[in-house]
Amino acid sequence: MARLKFGIIVFPGSNCDYDAYHAIKNVLQEDAYFIWHNEKNLNNPDCIVIPGGFSYGDYLRCGATAKFSPAMEEILNFAEKGGLVIGICNGFQILTEAGLLPGALLRNRDLHFICKEVYLKTENKNLAFTNRIPDRAIKIPIAHAEGNYFCDHETLKELKENNQIVFRYCNENGEVSDNSNPNGSIENIAGIVNKRGNVLGMMPHPERAMEEVLGNTDGIYFFKSIVAHFKG
Amino acid sequence: MKVQVIVRLKHGVLDPQGKAVEKSAKKMGFNEFSNFRIGKIIEFETQLPEKDAIEKAKKLANKLLANTVIESFEVKIKE
Repeated sequence: MARLKFGIIVFPGSNCDYDAYHAIKNVLQEDAYFIWHNEKNLNNPDCIVIPGGFSYGDYLRCGATAKFSPAMEEILNFAEKGGLVIGICNGFQILTEAGLLPGALLRNRDLHFICKEVYLKTENKNLAFTNRIPDRAIKIPIAHAEGNYFCDHETLKELKENNQIVFRYCNENGEVSDNSNPNGSIENIAGIVNKRGNVLGMMPHPERAMEEVLGNTDGIYFFKSIVAHFKG
Repeated sequence: MKVQVIVRLKHGVLDPQGKAVEKSAKKMGFNEFSNFRIGKIIEFETQLPEKDAIEKAKKLANKLLANTVIESFEVKIKE
């Protein structure tokens, strides 16, 4: 089968765009290309990646301005048709601001910018993004100041009922507790998916944990899941 | 005419900034103040008549200035 096409959106201020490109093109060996935020043509991707960074400087709120870009309008249509969309870090913030995912990301509870490796428990392995993730806790880096996931009780109930909570912060043994919660997220939520299961947002950066030389390869399970989703 | 939009975090939404400021205030001896919440004031000017200005500012606040999942807003006319 031909290589999968990953379209990576680039906003002014994106800074994980090349990380994602490298991870997909050179490590995963699938196709990756950039889509400038002013573009209306997504060029028929199999999957859209909204990378981390500080889109438009995040001056008002994280992701608040990015949701109005021409490329984002097209992504709304793409997602509507069932296309796969991944938002990582700032990308997750943009997806919530755009209304593609419920809730919001608040300042971390201790106000610090946190940059470290954390462990994630995968709560839903039946997704295009998670089907190849092993049963153990996976280790993935985070790097954010606003990753404190918040939603109201009603939304939380819905997320649980529909199995939309994908990743929770846990310890090395997969135990989820307040001690393993780096930023104060409700119920240790690190990543969620929309009801339909085609739009995923997560604060951790799998694209930064793909190679031995970087000391961690757990991120590759995430991207291999997407490949398996298309190619079996 | 000046329009003022006050954006506040909704009740029940954690405000780590407010908490940090409260801690500092208490350390300085201001023990009689509590429940600090930090918001934003956004001001801009317009030539629109008051009623239209308020209506349009509310639209802008809903779309851009506030994230109504976590924030509420109030539009005021100054002068």
